[in-house]
Amino acid sequence: MKARVTVTLKTGVLDPQGKAIEGALKSLGIDGIGSVRQGKVFDLEIADMDKPAAEAAIKAACEKLLANTVVENYRIELV
Amino acid sequence: MKAAVIVFPGSNRERDIAYALELTSGVKPALVWHGDSALPAGTDLVVLPGGFSYGDYLRCGAIAARATVMDAVRAHAARGGLVLGVCNGFQILCEAGLLPGVLMRNAQLKFIARNVHLKVERSDTPFTRRYNAGAVIEVPVAHGEGNFIADAETLKRIEDEGRVLFRYCDASGAVVPQANVNGATNSIAGIVSENRRVLGMMPHPENHVDPAIGSTDGRGLFESLAEALQTA
Repeated sequence: MKARVTVTLKTGVLDPQGKAIEGALKSLGIDGIGSVRQGKVFDLEIADMDKPAAEAAIKAACEKLLANTVVENYRIELV
Repeated sequence: MKAAVIVFPGSNRERDIAYALELTSGVKPALVWHGDSALPAGTDLVVLPGGFSYGDYLRCGAIAARATVMDAVRAHAARGGLVLGVCNGFQILCEAGLLPGVLMRNAQLKFIARNVHLKVERSDTPFTRRYNAGAVIEVPVAHGEGNFIADAETLKRIEDEGRVLFRYCDASGAVVPQANVNGATNSIAGIVSENRRVLGMMPHPENHVDPAIGSTDGRGLFESLAEALQTA
């Protein structure tokens, strides 16, 4: 089983890197992109275990390390 | 004083800190490796130095905050022991949950290495007793992620409890936007824990302790600690 964890900044948290990318896209002349927020993606290989156990393990990984929940949200997808 | 300076892979300010501690207290601190599970017996001050622990991978300080030695540092703090985190050390303290908030990328996206002015907000702490409240000191900063933020509720609590110890200011001590080098909320450069025994700060007082460098403005912080631990 594999899992993908997506970590994004919470709404309202300033994202200067996203802003810089937004500016760069504008200067490239790519129209139609309103705003950019930068995040992180983690692809995890999950050891042999049932789905609830895997979900619990990944949630623990997110809470303890992958995301700083003061400023970040995370989303887990099992694939 | 029995100080322990924690060394992570990628720490690079541990010797500057050790020099400042020895200069002001006369006692050489122990350098403690991140994989150790205990602090030297009788440790009364733990210092987390600056640098780029674990290459700043994931988030600054995130991996160091989960290192083996940090359980001992947490236990030390829980006993009311003194902890000082400078620069990357501040980031580690936030990631470890020993201080609230988080240090984000500098608002201008640039790594900043230069001298700044700090307003010392209060003198009734073990870290600042040798300064006068309101004093302005000049010390260097060297960081890319020093932009302190916290949620509104946490921020209000920090401010109401008078836990901001240092703010970026101009040479006259005015806390103005132009002096806020990294865009930190409320110009916060350093905060203490609820019991005022844990301090995290982005600037480097350890670099301004020796007259040979041209300024000794940072010396007061280490003299404060030496004095606090002598009379304790």
